[in-house]
Amino acid sequence: MFEIGLAHYLTVAAMLFTLGVFGIFLNRKNVIIIMMSVELMLLAVNLNMVAFSSYLNDLVGQVFAMFILTVAAAEAAIGLAIVVVFFRNRGTIAVEEISQLKG
Amino acid sequence: MIAALIFYMFAALTVGSAVMVISARNPVNSVLFLILCFFNAAGLFLLLGAEFLAMVLVVVYVGAVAVLFLFVVMMLDINFLKLREGFLQYLPTGAVVGLVLLVELATLFGGWAFAPDVEALVRSPMPPVAEVSNTEALGRLLYTTYAYLFQASGLVLLVAMVGTILLTLRRREGVRKQVIADQVARTAKNSVEIVKVPTGGGI
Repeated sequence: MFEIGLAHYLTVAAMLFTLGVFGIFLNRKNVIIIMMSVELMLLAVNLNMVAFSSYLNDLVGQVFAMFILTVAAAEAAIGLAIVVVFFRNRGTIAVEEISQLKG
Repeated sequence: MIAALIFYMFAALTVGSAVMVISARNPVNSVLFLILCFFNAAGLFLLLGAEFLAMVLVVVYVGAVAVLFLFVVMMLDINFLKLREGFLQYLPTGAVVGLVLLVELATLFGGWAFAPDVEALVRSPMPPVAEVSNTEALGRLLYTTYAYLFQASGLVLLVAMVGTILLTLRRREGVRKQVIADQVARTAKNSVEIVKVPTGGGI
């Protein structure tokens, strides 16, 4: 209980990831909350990477976590830009209204 | 003992604020809880000895991404209550999927162990912390072995920046804007006119 091991960190990460998936289902209409849930899932993956890196004494995990961080930042910026443009054109961000993107 | 208590505090706050992120009524509160979640995750990173990543998490996620979310939430004039309709309707499905995922992950973590030759598989062993700090070790690795990938991630950010600017740039009609080129190209010949005014005649 008071000996913190790898399993503790993995449990926290698993809970975060599950909450991210849960959030996508729960806020199915609000694309901003969906993006925040995706950020939570990426954070959980990062936590896994860093935990394994720390417990295996291998730095590659932390390097990879940095790349994930980069991609997450790029994804958030582009996604929010798309949301802003969509709101400008249609006046709403409800997910079910976003059908123009279908081919 | 104290390290364990600190771990439990950070973990509980991370998970608790994640719950609030997905269930808060007001999206502004969601973003603020997201910031709290990131701060506590940074604390977990610190406990794991990844101090550079912890600081990067605070700077990049809290300083850039979460503030970007905050800007967008506050900028868009949306009735967020309307978007929450069906919250309870989706609750059972979401709960089932989340539960299945959690059970799957739990079984995965339950019956899992390191390979016996895991020590031999380590690609870039961490130098002792007393000699080389985490930041320095990470930098040494990032600028040598992973230099190309590092540049590639820079390109990802560049493409994201260009894409974002291109998406949100718009020219509005009826707005008078300063055009520097027009001002510089202006000469005396096409802007000043000398008129001979007859005495008492006016123009």
